[in-house]
Amino acid sequence: MDLSLSDKHRALQDEVRAFVRTHGHKSPKLGGGRKRPDQKTRDWQKLLVDHGYVGRTIPRDYGGFGLEPDVLEAAVVASEFAAAGIYAGMTNQGISMLVPTLLEVGTPEQKKQWVEKTIRGEVIWCQGYSEPGSGSDLASLSTKGVLEDDHFLVNGQKIWTSSAHYADWMFLLCRTEPEASKHDGISYLLLSMQTPGIEVRPLRTMTGRAEFNEVFFTDVRVPANQIVLGRGKGWYVANVTLKHERSMIGNAEKMTTRLEQLITLLKERNLLGTTEYRDRLLKLQGEVLAWKAHNLRLLTEAAQGIDSGVKRMIIKYGGTMLGFRLASLAIDTLGTDGLPFESAGEDAEDDDATTWNIDYLYDVGLMIGGGSNNIQKNIISERGLDMPREPKVARA
Amino acid sequence: MEFALSEEQRLFADSLRDLLTDRVTIDALRRHADSGNGFDPALWDELTQLGLPGLLVPERFGGAGLGVLDAAVAAEALGAAAAYVPFAGSIVMATLAFIHGATEAQQDEFLPRIAAGEIRFGVGISHDGTTATAAIDSGVPTHLLMYLPDGTAAVLPADTATIQTHRSIDRTRPVADIRFDPANATILNAANAPLAAMHRVLDTGRIVLAADTFGAAQHMFDAALAFVKQRTQFNRIIGSFQAVKHQFADMVTVLEPCRAMVWYAGYAQDALPDEARLTALQTKAHLGDIGRDIARMTTEAHGGMGFTDLLGLHYWFKRISYNRQMLGSPEQCREEAARLQGWA
Repeated sequence: MDLSLSDKHRALQDEVRAFVRTHGHKSPKLGGGRKRPDQKTRDWQKLLVDHGYVGRTIPRDYGGFGLEPDVLEAAVVASEFAAAGIYAGMTNQGISMLVPTLLEVGTPEQKKQWVEKTIRGEVIWCQGYSEPGSGSDLASLSTKGVLEDDHFLVNGQKIWTSSAHYADWMFLLCRTEPEASKHDGISYLLLSMQTPGIEVRPLRTMTGRAEFNEVFFTDVRVPANQIVLGRGKGWYVANVTLKHERSMIGNAEKMTTRLEQLITLLKERNLLGTTEYRDRLLKLQGEVLAWKAHNLRLLTEAAQGIDSGVKRMIIKYGGTMLGFRLASLAIDTLGTDGLPFESAGEDAEDDDATTWNIDYLYDVGLMIGGGSNNIQKNIISERGLDMPREPKVARA
Repeated sequence: MEFALSEEQRLFADSLRDLLTDRVTIDALRRHADSGNGFDPALWDELTQLGLPGLLVPERFGGAGLGVLDAAVAAEALGAAAAYVPFAGSIVMATLAFIHGATEAQQDEFLPRIAAGEIRFGVGISHDGTTATAAIDSGVPTHLLMYLPDGTAAVLPADTATIQTHRSIDRTRPVADIRFDPANATILNAANAPLAAMHRVLDTGRIVLAADTFGAAQHMFDAALAFVKQRTQFNRIIGSFQAVKHQFADMVTVLEPCRAMVWYAGYAQDALPDEARLTALQTKAHLGDIGRDIARMTTEAHGGMGFTDLLGLHYWFKRISYNRQMLGSPEQCREEAARLQGWA
């Protein structure tokens, strides 16, 4: 047990701090993500790529920094950026999901064509996975891709598609092999959002914002060579990405930041002297401390190449619930002062009360998106604890 | 940076677990609960050979010179076995009281005897300077460590005091009310800041009890998980029902981070002085709450058998209940954490 940094990591920490001092003023504001990155954000992204704070382990041939993977380096960089309150780079699905997937299973041409542009923020991707009838049971998806000569003809509908309203390209799961079994009939295609036949309709959520879209496909022609790995391999390709799950990093920092904001809020409103509020805060402080320690353990295991199993599987469920409890106390601290709710819109900063309200509402979405909490509990119990699977119910 | 137990720590925990599994069988546990006094001389001798009493005693006094994290690792194994061993007070707190508060001569007199397993301490906090209630590890101590109102520690032979022992809800670990005369005591008076030294000793005791609760809760969880994987009702393994599975998912989601929390608190005591007090108090409070939840849900998962004496699961349930109240309940620990941060 030793929480001090090695010389290598301390040197990196110094380097990042120097970078922050020199360039920090150029950082765009935190948050965002609901609109297309502006010039300032793209310039910042390029600066991060050039310094190796984004794409650090991506080969130089594909525009990255070409270093060996080192989870602790990533953690040092993330924590320095968080401490300085500056933007750690775009976290869109092209960067977090498509790039690692292409690096593992894409052709050299696909890597050459997409990786550098994507990490530099020049091409923005959206993810065409969920459908109205295929949420938790994603593999039941029914958007069709029919091979005709040199292209797939795509028809169907996607939903919950973040950033589709400004994305340039989409990575899409569709059913190309209707005769094959559920998981073996899916292919993973790349397509331009400019392709004729695509219609994007914003989907307003309970936060009052349109974080997602519905995307409709009517006879959309996708060149057959824009497939990743091959016909019927889409489910495998989609799951390759899961190995690159990085959501654990930053998760504890987010909770710590939120706890600190909450403490400030309670102080400002003179509620630390009221035991009902103070006790809730103290309990949450305990939970956040446990969560931070757990994340340190996961980080160590990741650095040592250990599969953390159930310890990792609990992160999404436990993290979203803890985040919601923190936001809930903020809402209760604000009381009736938190009821006026007026978002300043996409381009302006919201007042504190509205920001807490949006966190509070958005956290509900986090519990549902990317595998709902009930699905997470199935995963934790069945895969993590090796409990028996549900008996299959005969199909009607 | 490495947040993990070392190879030595894992090996030590394994050998301790092996010994305890062998000696603290359910029958032995039952016998001790029926007629014991919190101390089993034969088991103590074996643990002494393993070096447990000298775990934190500096090497120059014949101990292993290890840290609070090592004590937490040992406590987890003791909790998992529901072992009737005076540890948190008798071994850990007493050793640290001498390390942080005693003169060299006092250390020289007592620490080698602690390491050799020759003396055992009941530990209490006295608010009036002559009595203490609910002293820990006070079944058959040879000595008493009494904290006086100003934070100084008084050490006295047990036979100079009146010790009224009560069997507790945890039949393997009694509590005692003590009346003593400070005139008979050796005062450990080398600490520059006696209150700070006392807090350090108490906080370490809290971490050790939290680790003990974690070990006990993990034992109950493992037993319940094994049970629902083999018990059949309605022609199904009951662990295949989603209601049951989700309850286990809920449990592991709160229980697993507790292990890291206990490690962190133990490490902080020796390496992160700025965080040491807060993490100790919060860890004791958090484990008290999570431990109770796990104890209840795992007992429930066993159905009617869980409620019987026959299965014996209740020994761990009661151990967790005892740990929760001892050295500060979650409510008291959080209140102290509030004062520490200037919130109360």
